[in-house]
Amino acid sequence: MSAAVQAKSETRLLLSGNEAIARGVWESGCKVAAAYPGTPSTEILENVALYPDLYAEWSVNEKVSLEVAIGASMSGARAFCAMKHVGMNVASDAFMTQTLAGVVGGLVIAVADDVGLSSSQNEQDSRFWGRFAHVPVLEPADSQEALEMVKLAFDLSEDFNTPVLVRLTTRVCHVKAMVTVGDRSARAVSGFKLDARRWVMTPANAKGMLPRQIEREGRLRQAAEASALNVVEPGTDTRIGFLTAGPAYMHVRESFPDSPVMKLGFTYPLPVEAIRAFRATVDRLVVVEETEPLMEGELKAAGMADVVGKDILPRLGELTPNVLIPAVYGLRGETPPAAGTYPKIDPFPRPPTMCAACPHMGVYYSLSRLRKKVQISGDIGCYTLGAGAPWNALDTTISMGASMGIALGMDKARSEETKDKAVIAVIGDSTFLHMGMQGLLDIVYNRGNVTALILDNRSTGMTGGQDHAGTGRDLHGGEAPRVDFAKLVEALGVKPERIRKVDPYMLPVVFKAIKDEIAVHEPSVIITDRPCVLSEFYDRFKPYKVVDEDCTGCGNCLNVGCPAIFVTRSETKTRADGKVNDLKFTTIDTAMCTGCHMCVDSCGPKAIIPLAPVSA
Amino acid sequence: MTEEPEMSNPAIITNILVCGIGGQGVMTAAEILAQAAIAKGYDVKKSEVAGMAQRGGVVTSHVRFGRKVWSPVITPGTADILVAFEVAEGARWADMLRPGGIAMVNTIRLAPPVVSSGLYKYPDDPVAQMRAAGVTVYDFDAGAIARDLGDLKLVNTVMLGAIADYLPFPAADLEEQIVGRFRARKPQMVEVNQTAFDRGRAAAADAARVDAAG
Repeated sequence: MSAAVQAKSETRLLLSGNEAIARGVWESGCKVAAAYPGTPSTEILENVALYPDLYAEWSVNEKVSLEVAIGASMSGARAFCAMKHVGMNVASDAFMTQTLAGVVGGLVIAVADDVGLSSSQNEQDSRFWGRFAHVPVLEPADSQEALEMVKLAFDLSEDFNTPVLVRLTTRVCHVKAMVTVGDRSARAVSGFKLDARRWVMTPANAKGMLPRQIEREGRLRQAAEASALNVVEPGTDTRIGFLTAGPAYMHVRESFPDSPVMKLGFTYPLPVEAIRAFRATVDRLVVVEETEPLMEGELKAAGMADVVGKDILPRLGELTPNVLIPAVYGLRGETPPAAGTYPKIDPFPRPPTMCAACPHMGVYYSLSRLRKKVQISGDIGCYTLGAGAPWNALDTTISMGASMGIALGMDKARSEETKDKAVIAVIGDSTFLHMGMQGLLDIVYNRGNVTALILDNRSTGMTGGQDHAGTGRDLHGGEAPRVDFAKLVEALGVKPERIRKVDPYMLPVVFKAIKDEIAVHEPSVIITDRPCVLSEFYDRFKPYKVVDEDCTGCGNCLNVGCPAIFVTRSETKTRADGKVNDLKFTTIDTAMCTGCHMCVDSCGPKAIIPLAPVSA
Repeated sequence: MTEEPEMSNPAIITNILVCGIGGQGVMTAAEILAQAAIAKGYDVKKSEVAGMAQRGGVVTSHVRFGRKVWSPVITPGTADILVAFEVAEGARWADMLRPGGIAMVNTIRLAPPVVSSGLYKYPDDPVAQMRAAGVTVYDFDAGAIARDLGDLKLVNTVMLGAIADYLPFPAADLEEQIVGRFRARKPQMVEVNQTAFDRGRAAAADAARVDAAG
């Protein structure tokens, strides 16, 4: 990870797009960088933090990270923030007005789209923000371009007095490719200068800025038309020419090595006239863009009615060679070469699972016991997996922090059938601090009948265990103030007697706490306090084993959902009354077992005992 | 300086798909392969698909190298080697192989909760399924070798040793890439990794003979 940090100028090394972006941020002389973790962007700030001579932080959410960067830019420092695509939705309130105000120090925002949806709740196309906010968009296709475009983005930002978006996708962020690195160029910070007409966005001041924004967009369009980032690569097969950007360019070159390609790096404002000139050199123009038909639509609106795009290519997912080749062959009226020889074998799904001994399982085990009595709004994190087997105990996931507001809405919209059901909101520590607090405040203020479960595992688990304001550590791993969740929710107005802290490993205690709190018809909060098993704060205990002769095959331990518990054999048993029971006898993988003892509490016949004899 | 690789035809790209389960070391194995190819002067791209970050899910890494690599992903039906750290994952990704490609499979069976809870069945013999589909499979128990050498983490080195004789550069170059990582930080691990690498090579050769005989 640190090889890039130590690398001298002109060194060539294998870097992911995220590592290359971090290097580019540092080389640009950036002074302040901020982010909230989110796949596939997380490693950008983790790597920025390794470089000297700049300030880097985990912010509580993307909006705050952008505001930190804006403050630094206003103060004359080059500033950067990174986020995943949905993070931009959170940050957009600050973004949409800051684009009017402009910058002093260059301000660059890297937005990483999860094209192909490997780890997100939607697949939105962040290039829209350029059009929406009238700011330039750069799109690197690989790690080297990512590094170079970040540097160019800072220059562009200062030259045009605008924030600049660098649009990434998973195939840039998480692909490693060869990169030649450069040197850092030091930049002085000018300090904040009073300028109310610019920085105080009252209606009158903002109105004054609007014409400037429009005029700026015109100049940016000229810059895009002339930009060296937009290049034509000639080819011998001029039946079809391709217009493309980002990693889709790589797939085009792989698939059609003889075709002319216009490759855009500066993609908004769209260089329509340069594209029109390229169009004239080929029989047909195919636009290959991930994911929405943005360029295609603008070209059609500009009179190039015959460009081909989403009529042959999908509007979702990656445009990899196996997608491109059949589509383009079809357009040419040709049969594509056979793809693949061997039939697909689909053994069984292997969805992500909670880790062995994950504290979340204790909560979901209890919720699954109460399943008929509760409806459960969920949130975004590892605990979203509670929606799946064996718990099936999470009913909604929409956006960061949404568990709170959605729970309140469910509480206020009850039917005859649901009027007696308790409404429970489940949220993790990092997500609660990100955007859940406001929702809980709303529940309290509007007297909602909701029990909120804050699963505090002292980690931003899903993205790989990053620190946050509740872990007591900062981005660099140093000591930091740690929020007290109990005090925080009390300050939001939850009555002290309605706030409980429980150990999620104690199944009976968790079950009773939830049962007691849902019986009281006012806002309540249950905080679980076991750290993530992958975090430095986690303590392992001695493992357990199943005594086979004592195991009755009831399968109750399997309902905990721990991946360390395996079925050794299945049997069916016909009872005296004729009822058939499916029996599942189990074993524990002692290498995975941390001794959390949740399964012990679930085992009626007490067949689960310590692996090693307990000394007296 | 790196030596010039023999790549008269720029169209020849080596495609290696490494697959397994989160936490098994798939990414590390792919990284070592990529670094070995870089040391030989190739252009390299390595693509990771980890899904959600926590453990237990399907993990794949695409390693592509040649004179110039464009797309970071291996097109289905073009992988030269499939390195499977788990046997059902080998079956899942076998269709990525080109005709004549090799599936190097660790025979360990890791059942996910959807299987242990009875929702799905783990196939009785994924290797037989692959062979029935016409795939060339070299399978062996890499975990047993690692355990025998006293450290389950050595599975990674064993699997890399197993594919070492099927790469377009000498096995010693891949071995050096592994050993070099330990030489500086954990010199006491050098010898056992060399042994693990050699035993992986031997196990693959044995498995190849079995496959040819079968």
